Amino acid sequence: MNSFLALLSRDIRLATRAGGSAMLALGFFAAVAALVPLGVGADLKLLGRIAGGVLWVAAVLAALLSLDRLFQADFEDGSLDQIALGPLPLEAAAFAKIAAHWLTTGLPLTLLSPVLALLFNLPEEGYAALVLSLAIGTPAASAIGAIGAGLTMSIRRGGLILPLLVLPLLAPAVIFGAGAVISSLDGLANGALWLLSAFSLAAVLLAPFAAAASVRLNLAG
Amino acid sequence: MLFELANPKRFLMFSGKLLPWFWAVAAICLAAGLYLGLFAVPPDYQQGDTVKIMFIHVPAAWVAMMAYGLMAVASAFGLINRHPLADVAAKAAAPLGALFTALALITGSLWGRPMWGTYWVWDARLTSFLILLFLYLGYIALWNAFDDEVRAARATAILALVGAVNLPIIKYSVEWWNTLHQGEGIFVKGGSLIAPVFLWPLFLMAVGYTFLFSALWMVRIRTEILARRARSLQLQAGGL
Repeated sequence: MNSFLALLSRDIRLATRAGGSAMLALGFFAAVAALVPLGVGADLKLLGRIAGGVLWVAAVLAALLSLDRLFQADFEDGSLDQIALGPLPLEAAAFAKIAAHWLTTGLPLTLLSPVLALLFNLPEEGYAALVLSLAIGTPAASAIGAIGAGLTMSIRRGGLILPLLVLPLLAPAVIFGAGAVISSLDGLANGALWLLSAFSLAAVLLAPFAAAASVRLNLAG
Repeated sequence: MLFELANPKRFLMFSGKLLPWFWAVAAICLAAGLYLGLFAVPPDYQQGDTVKIMFIHVPAAWVAMMAYGLMAVASAFGLINRHPLADVAAKAAAPLGALFTALALITGSLWGRPMWGTYWVWDARLTSFLILLFLYLGYIALWNAFDDEVRAARATAILALVGAVNLPIIKYSVEWWNTLHQGEGIFVKGGSLIAPVFLWPLFLMAVGYTFLFSALWMVRIRTEILARRARSLQLQAGGL
């Protein structure tokens, strides 16, 4: 447990201090979201309708931004070998890294999302669903992204392949997340949030094993 | 039986004997299916001649899904049994699967233009096939990114298995998404409602496509085995 917490707090500190990726992800999230009205026009009614979808897509992209370094940075400076040799099972280490990634990207994105939704003129009914769906769904992005990060960590330009691997797998999260916002705008029963919860839980539960396996194969030989 | 064949040398011999038969069955079934489908079958009372695209389109979609299944099974064998032939089989299936997926998408959109009035509809099946194509492309890209074959095989095997777990969820979520956004239901499911005249060519085409895929798959596996052998001979000879 101690080594788990040590790894978790180390990764959080690395992400939040100078040169870290947490603020970058937030800035990217806001910039992508701000670009959309410039592209689709300033029709407030339309923007309010697509706000959930746009913010969801932007959140997934922002989460991807820092994922390629999740294992790679530690792999390159050798600390990943130390982590693998240490008492913590690699699965638990992967879980710690996923948790740290979510705490430094997914969570801040979720907290920032209502402000951006305001710029998109999201109707009031949508806010709770937007924040809830991002809070529930972004862990899945970190978890599934960690599999891609593990697979590509020894590839020099892995960051270019990572989105192609991860984005198709995240389609359900975007569908359920943005769907939850739309259903609450339409006053429908919100089954999407439950489906999103199920998807996210399964992803967070299973992904550490796949991520650990992919780290192992890259460390071996 | 399966494990005996796992010996590359035995696989080469066995598949070499099998291949001409597979080519023959594929050619006969495809020729007969195309003749029946394009010339003998009457135009549909609603769709007219465009219904005949179905004979090219539907079997391609079936084979595209089957290829992913086979790729995932081969990946599981490669990961668990650590057998190079299973790795090669998984690698060889991916471009074929991508090709059949693209064929299904293209023929589907060609059918959609006269029938739906547009090349592309965000229909549940079209969307899940598009995602399937991306999964194939990601798989191929990951294979090409590694220099080391063993490492590439392990990594892609994990990706294929993660994709196999996720595919049903993607399919389900896309269906749910689709019914949420558009209740018109443009896509009316045929299923067993198809008249028997249409069923025969479809069956022949499905068999033909399956044998065509199998033959191409075997050729690709054989090529890869021989290429690796050539490379190791070259290394032994000291040149590169």
